[in-house]
Formats: sequence, structure tokens, C-alpha cells
Amino acid sequence: MSAPAAAPAPHPGAAPVLDRLRAQTTFELASIFRNGEQIMVTILMPLVALVALAATDVVDLGRADGARVDLVAPGVLAMAVMAAALTSQAIATSFDRRGGVLRLLATTPLGRVGLLGGKICAVLVLQVVQAVVLGGVAIALGWRPEPGDVIVALGIGVLGTAVFTALAMLMAGTLRFEAVLALANLLLIGLTLVGGVLVPTDWLPGVGADIVRLLPSGALGEALRGAFGDGVAWRDVVALLGWAGLLTWATSRTFRWS
Amino acid sequence: MTADPVVEVRDLVKRYGGSAVVDRLTLSAVRGAVTAVLGPNGAGKTTTIECCEGLRAPDAGTVRVLGLDPLADAVALRPRVGVMLQDSGLPAQKRAGEVLAHVARMYRDPWPVADLTERLGLASFARTTVRRLSGGQRQRLALACALVGRPEVVFLDEPSAGMDPQSRLAVWELVRALRAQGTSVILTTHLMDEAAELADDVIVVDHGRVIAQGTPAELTTTGSDQVASLTSATALPDGATARLRAHLGEGWTVDSPDPTSLRVQGPVDPAALAAVLAFCAAEDVLVTRLDLGTRSLEDFFLDLTGRSMR
Repeated sequence: MSAPAAAPAPHPGAAPVLDRLRAQTTFELASIFRNGEQIMVTILMPLVALVALAATDVVDLGRADGARVDLVAPGVLAMAVMAAALTSQAIATSFDRRGGVLRLLATTPLGRVGLLGGKICAVLVLQVVQAVVLGGVAIALGWRPEPGDVIVALGIGVLGTAVFTALAMLMAGTLRFEAVLALANLLLIGLTLVGGVLVPTDWLPGVGADIVRLLPSGALGEALRGAFGDGVAWRDVVALLGWAGLLTWATSRTFRWS
Repeated sequence: MTADPVVEVRDLVKRYGGSAVVDRLTLSAVRGAVTAVLGPNGAGKTTTIECCEGLRAPDAGTVRVLGLDPLADAVALRPRVGVMLQDSGLPAQKRAGEVLAHVARMYRDPWPVADLTERLGLASFARTTVRRLSGGQRQRLALACALVGRPEVVFLDEPSAGMDPQSRLAVWELVRALRAQGTSVILTTHLMDEAAELADDVIVVDHGRVIAQGTPAELTTTGSDQVASLTSATALPDGATARLRAHLGEGWTVDSPDPTSLRVQGPVDPAALAAVLAFCAAEDVLVTRLDLGTRSLEDFFLDLTGRSMR
């Protein structure tokens, strides 16, 4: 072995906060886009739902061909928000928690706040990709959203992201990895089908419609359909704000880093 | 207490489910030195270190690292402290090289990644995902991540666990190079040779408390006493230990670590040694090996913490 070279002297110092945040966001995005399951859940599944429901008459939507995509596209976008903010983040965060990654990164200058910030930014970037892909295909299928409606929908999307990211962190910070994996996928499928995401709540029988519309999924689905249709109902915005507050509070009380 | 401690822990208590894992533990580590925290599994080493790293909140007592509180002053402290966790905490699906480069990006003036890669021999697996690394490779990567920010203090929790002898030597050399530059190193280990080779100070912890502290030399010499260790060709006769103790008289300690060996501690001189051998002749014990010297750190440790497994 060669003579031991001198080690660099201590010279501590954190990188600027935006550099750390950008590094963590890129790191998280690389994990998402290199993981086949994440791509499938966040992009391919909503895409299949969009094409199957809007371009085929496999399911009877009670609408003429041209109007099908107008009904389906907002619901598919709500599904995409749930997939990115809830399913993808719950599984990724739970996996990192089990492996001690949250603990290790919390000891670097990134800290816990930077770690969460990086995850949230990564979700937002992922949602831009989802919006471009899913919105693009919907437009190709004849969807013609108004620019003003798009801006309202973006606001609703951010609110929905806050709700479902908080729910993801609540699960990832308290449950075992296996439980998170099962629950995150079950919730996505269950809420998409009967939680007011793809299927409008008023199609549900009786009092079920009102109950489902109070769920985060129902409120998000209806708010997005409202944004691209007759306007957003305040009850849906209030429901989303309430869930965001409640879930964030519960997460901050219960989250365990290891 | 040392004048300018890099780490100072006072009356630390940490309970899990009612039982105290760390029980009014007090220790301090000298700035610029290598301090080894030694103890059996479950002694409270990792919990103590994790309180210093800001990963656990003490139930009672105070912890200061570089004079700061690891929890309240976390933002100021994190850039100055490097951490190597026992369970590595490396993201399983990332490549080794990506992980090190990523951690490096958290610091203003990191240790050049290429140099660390070479010193720790990481190049051969830089493109392998963490999940596929061997235990020793993972440890080396975790060590690199702890050092890449050029910290003033590093906490290494069992740094050479699972490493082959070559990797262990590389790690030891790196720890010495760090100390030469003024970095303070606090490491936990249950490897006696690691503590004896590397540490300026050894702190022995058991049942959540410090039970001994000193330099390796201080801990292994009990005053002017020396140790004579004898190995017999066959099992010793019943009661040989007690009879030898009686034969030697006051001021001697005699024990038998296993059925064929005797250990005599006291003022070993030529006359005393002759007396021990005369005793063996009388007992018809053929001595096949005789070692004179001070106690090893391992002897010291086992004397303190007991020889039975727990």
C-alpha cells in the first residue's frame, strides 16, 4: 500500500438551501422515473383509463361519443393526482423509512424539512409530466378545455396534492412497509372506482352520493369536473381544505422517522 | 471531564417501553481525538450516539456536541457533523456512486468524491445498486457519506462491522488520517483490536452506564500488576485454582478462563513465577504454554462485563 495521503482538513458548511432542494428533487425524480411500477401507477394506469373510457364504448357513460372525453378527462386527472401524491409517495417514503434513508438524510444539511420539500417538489414535477401526457392525449381525443378553467383546475390540483401527500405521509410514517404497499394501491383503485374520482358522485345511489362527495377523492373529482364544467362548488373546496388541515395535523403528530 | 470536549453527555436517560436503555450516562470526548465507545450488544452505545446525532430525544439529561444541542441547534450542527449509521440508511435502489455524489451536493465544499472513492476502494462497485452490495461494501459507502462533508466531528457506529481485513485496514488508515487533520472521531465497536489500535480514549459502557474510561494503556495495566497465563496439556485438577490462590497468599488473583488454563494476576517476579511452576509440578500439571504480560483490552472488557452471553 502506498504511503497514506493526507486527508483534507475539516471544512464544514452546508450548500445553499435551493441547491440542496434541487439536488433532493432530482434524486427523488430519478427514483420515480427509473421505477417501472411507479411509471405504471402514475402514468400508464390513468392513460389506460382515459383511452378506454373516452375512446371506446366498453363502458356506457350515457353520453354521445364526442362528449365522453369531457366527462372522463377531469376524473382521470383527479386519478393522476391521487396516484402521484398518495400511492407513489406513500410507497417511496415508507420504503425509505424502512431502510433508514430518512434517518441518514436527516443528519445531513438537507434535514427533515429539506427531505419533505424535495419529495413535494418531485410530486409537482411528476404532475406536470402527467398533465402534459394525459392532457395531450385527451386533447387528441377531442377534449377542448378553456384556458381559464385550466387555471382554476391547477389550483384544485395543488390543493388535492396537499391532501393526498399528507395522507401518504400519515400512512408512511406510522404503518409497516407491507401495509403501506397494500393500502396505497387498494385506496387508489377503490377510490378511483367508487370514491367519486372517475365516476361522478351523483351516479351513486341515495345517501352514498353525499358521503362519497365528502371524501377527499369525491371532493377532488367533483371539484375538477366543476372546474372544467359548471364551476367549482364551494363545498368541495371546503372539504379539501378541511382534509388538508386534518391530515397534516395528524401526520405532524404521529410521523415516525424510523 | 476534559477541558474542551467535542462531545459532552451528562446524566443521559433514554427509556424504551419503561426500561432505561441508557441510565444516567455521563461521558465526554476530547476534541481532535479518536474516542471508542465499547460495550456488549444492548449496552446502550447506539442509543447514546443517536442522541448525539439528533436522531433521538433524551428523556433526561443533556447532550452537547461542539457546545451545541443536537436537537435545538440541528441546523447549525448538521453541516459540522458526519454520521455513519449502524443500519447504513442508504437508499437501496440507487447506485453507490449516485448516493455519494448526492450526499456531497448537500455541502458547500465537499471532500472530492474521486479521492474518497479511491481511498475507500469504491470504484469497483460505484455503478452497483446499494441493494446488491455486500455488507462490507455498504459500510465503506456509508463511511464515505459520513466524511464527504468534511465534518469537524464524525460519529461512526460500528464502522468495520462485516468488513474483510483489507477493508478494515483501509478504514483504520482513513480514521488515522482524519485525526491527523484534527477531525474528532467517536466510534462504537465491540472489536477490541479496533479500539486498541485506533482509540486515544476508550469508554466502556454496559447496562446504559459508563463503567470505565481511559486510554487503552491505562485500561490494560492495573497498577504495577502483571498477568501470567498458563496453559496445561490436560484439564486442570479439581480445585486447582483455589489451591494456587492459597499457595500464593495475599495480593494475588487467580482464575481459570477455561478448563486448561490458569490466569495469575499480581506482582509477577522470578520468585513468584517459580512458585507458580512449583505448584504445577506438585499438581502434576504439564505447562505447555506460559505468557507474561499485561492484560489485553479484551481481558479487561470481559472482566468488567462478564464472560457469559446474554
